Amino acid sequence: MSHVKIGLEIHVQLVSLKTKLFCSCSADYRGKPPNTNVCPICMGLPGTLPVLNEKAIEEAIKVAKALSANISNISYFFRKNYFYPDLAKNFQITQYDKAGGIPFATGGYLKLSNGRKVRIRRIQLEEDPGRIYYEAGIQEARYSLIDYNRHGIALIEIVTEPDIREPREAREFLEKLSGILEELGVPVGEYEGAIRCDANISLMEGARVEVKNITGFSAVEKALSYEITRQRNLIKRGIKVERETRHWDERRRITTSLRKKEMEEDYRYFPEPDLPPLTIGKDVLERIEGIIKPIEEVVRDYVKKYGIEEVVAERIARDRRLRALFNRSVKDRPDLARHLASLLANEVPFLMKRREIELPSDTKGLLIVAEAKRDGLDRDEILRLLDNWLHGREVIYRKVAALREADLEGIVKKVIERNPKVVKDVKKNPKALNYLMGLALKEVKGVVDKKKLFDLLRKSLGL
Amino acid sequence: MKWEKLSAIRLIEELKSGSITSEEISAYFLDKIKKVDRILNSFITLNEKAVEEAKKVDKNGRKGRLAGLPIAVKDNITTKGIRTTCASRILENYIPPYDAEVISRIKREGGIIIGKTNMDEFAMGSSGENSGFGPTKNPRDLNRVPGGSSSGSAAAIAAGLAPLALGSDTGGSIRAPASFTGIVGLKPTYGAVSRFGLIAYANSLEQIGPMGKNVLDTAYLYSIIYGEDEKDSTSLPSPPLSIERISDFEAKGVKVAVLTDLVSRVDEPVKKMFERGINYISEIGAEVNEVKLEGIDLALPAYYVIACSEASSNLARYDGVRFGVDCRTNLNWRDAYKEVRKLFGKEVKVRIMLGAYTLSAGFFEEYYVKAVKVRRRIRDGLKKLLKKYDYVAIPTMPVLPWRIGEKLDDPLYVYLSDALTVPANLAGVPAISLPIGLADGLPVGIQFIADEFEEEKLFGLAKRFEEKAGELEVVDL
Repeated sequence: MSHVKIGLEIHVQLVSLKTKLFCSCSADYRGKPPNTNVCPICMGLPGTLPVLNEKAIEEAIKVAKALSANISNISYFFRKNYFYPDLAKNFQITQYDKAGGIPFATGGYLKLSNGRKVRIRRIQLEEDPGRIYYEAGIQEARYSLIDYNRHGIALIEIVTEPDIREPREAREFLEKLSGILEELGVPVGEYEGAIRCDANISLMEGARVEVKNITGFSAVEKALSYEITRQRNLIKRGIKVERETRHWDERRRITTSLRKKEMEEDYRYFPEPDLPPLTIGKDVLERIEGIIKPIEEVVRDYVKKYGIEEVVAERIARDRRLRALFNRSVKDRPDLARHLASLLANEVPFLMKRREIELPSDTKGLLIVAEAKRDGLDRDEILRLLDNWLHGREVIYRKVAALREADLEGIVKKVIERNPKVVKDVKKNPKALNYLMGLALKEVKGVVDKKKLFDLLRKSLGL
Repeated sequence: MKWEKLSAIRLIEELKSGSITSEEISAYFLDKIKKVDRILNSFITLNEKAVEEAKKVDKNGRKGRLAGLPIAVKDNITTKGIRTTCASRILENYIPPYDAEVISRIKREGGIIIGKTNMDEFAMGSSGENSGFGPTKNPRDLNRVPGGSSSGSAAAIAAGLAPLALGSDTGGSIRAPASFTGIVGLKPTYGAVSRFGLIAYANSLEQIGPMGKNVLDTAYLYSIIYGEDEKDSTSLPSPPLSIERISDFEAKGVKVAVLTDLVSRVDEPVKKMFERGINYISEIGAEVNEVKLEGIDLALPAYYVIACSEASSNLARYDGVRFGVDCRTNLNWRDAYKEVRKLFGKEVKVRIMLGAYTLSAGFFEEYYVKAVKVRRRIRDGLKKLLKKYDYVAIPTMPVLPWRIGEKLDDPLYVYLSDALTVPANLAGVPAISLPIGLADGLPVGIQFIADEFEEEKLFGLAKRFEEKAGELEVVDL
């Protein structure tokens, strides 16, 4: 898989908004009769003007912040001009990073589980086009039908650098992104077509190929795998990979050529004269900052507030499901923070890897396990309890008073007295120590701090 | 009674006093249009419901500041339920489902939309000849052009077919025909009047503005349409305008800068008339200063690059899918687009092609970006001048109205006739045109330019000037 470079262009509908990006039509366009969720503005009737939905800016700030991107103090809307029937005006209002344009946000990154940082090139706001329907399929249809209900829905486009190396990383990126969005209150997973992706891929020093029309995260992985094989075969046969745009055919599971580079549209970008520059005030930024923090800050907060180790904190902060569980459970029991964190960072992923299970949303059982952990219950027992919790079974842990120092001393004394032979052996044979420890543990009725007991044993034996 | 001889303000007084009803006056003007407009061709569509609407206003006691006064509206301003064509065959059957903001404001004040006036197609033109519905004639000389692109609105006022009219001005489209037909027209500060409902030609340059027989009528209509509108993100709040303060304006001691470079290049009869205008300015007590403005020569090319660039994008939507002819053809959609877009007139096609060219990869920097830079320079230059002087004064048009058809083969001549009007659009500042008088029986206009949102000050000086120069009588056709 060496020399594979993959970059993604992801379109995310801001499904949390009530209205479209430039007019007051409802953002809830799904399931409505065709061309009923429209007004003169989103239909591009002559004389109409766009007015920016202020709420969309707030949502975009949240997403940019969550990806640690830099939000531009000032950015511009541009017109992307091309003739296509799904665009009411035959241009799309979007943003641009060339020709003097400044996108909404730049920079930022998202880290994959293998530690690879996928850098974000830019994040921008734009309007969604309408939809074209070809009854009986694009090849056979004798006419096309256009539904403008979706036209003007607020989109953010997230463009990554070509930092992805494998198709499954692309999939992971999308899953992570979708998780972050969900946590921000933009549940793209719940709506069909709310997150869409185009992929750019190149092999070795080959030309960049763009693959369009990929719906679904697994389709991204499949399309990219196909493309790698296709391009690799071309290279093997000594054929140069050409710069082109290809179409993912979900049914046949192949990509087909849409257009070669020389057929690429000249979009004649220029600043949208009907919209003033978009300025982001400090007050808005500060307000949003209170709601959403970049991951580094979450980690810093965990370390500072709960005294959690940084590696542990990062493991939780990076996984939005773990983070959500931690935040919710620690709220009720801040005293258990370190144990909860340890469970979520170590034992829970361990169990989940072994068995393909979903995380429960209930925190009650988790809190009980954390208590048991605090009390020093041994790892096998902890895992057993956690497993119960993960499977939605009741978590029963009878709390026995932790043994006091004096009790421990009594146990140690008893074990040493009863096993003089072994004690003699202890300096030569390390196994002897473990054997004595085993015996001591058997004496324990209840919960014990094992480390403490072990230390005491060693001390009494003069080790 | 010849109602067209009265000023709009006087007519409103009559309507308010009850000496005449809105129904009578609306019917009167409609009647006159039907009689005269066969010659003039200043209207594309009449509002068949005008009398009915007037009756309603009468019934409600002729409320509002327009009290049932009929108003003519340029056909690129959207009117709910009244066909709005932009003088283009591509919009021949387009009936908008909504009113432009200025129309809502007029209706709220009891105004009656009497009809939609002829214009250069999509406001692209300076003569009124580029209409898909035939050229408008100049009432002062029926063989000559009335100027454009608000040709119909100007001709209608000059011929007494409407007491007031709305036009739009992208590079002189209100002032040029005002000058050629001997009436008053204002291009407001960019952002002072809502563009919501103005069918775009070049969004960053154009404004809707009032046209009338005299300065106070024009100011009165302006006082109804200006003001911030949340539906237009480029609109801005203006300081309040007072007709009383305009009437009482003191011209003594105000500083007027005359751009001598520009004046030296206008045709002889215009120059002569303009000199008379300068005398009037001195006579009303204003101080005249001869000034040069660097780089003003670049205004015209910069204007055409910016306007055409924006136009090429604005007009892309007329593709036959929802406008133009029935799109259900056997052609593929690219060919269907080509077929439909044949409905555009020649000048519109020229400007779309120019604009597509100046925006395209490889030429964008060379043309569009450069034009935007020139625009900034002109704006800075003009603003600087307007810090030192209260007004800039230049002729409105460098030539007298030409004969209809005479310049069809000389498009450059027509483009050059915009040289004196485009600077105000590039700079976004307000400019007014009003008559100095007649040269060889043809009107010559003077143009005053002031700083942003100084419309009141502009009307004030114009009012004093008008008292010296005199209004031109409406033409009896």
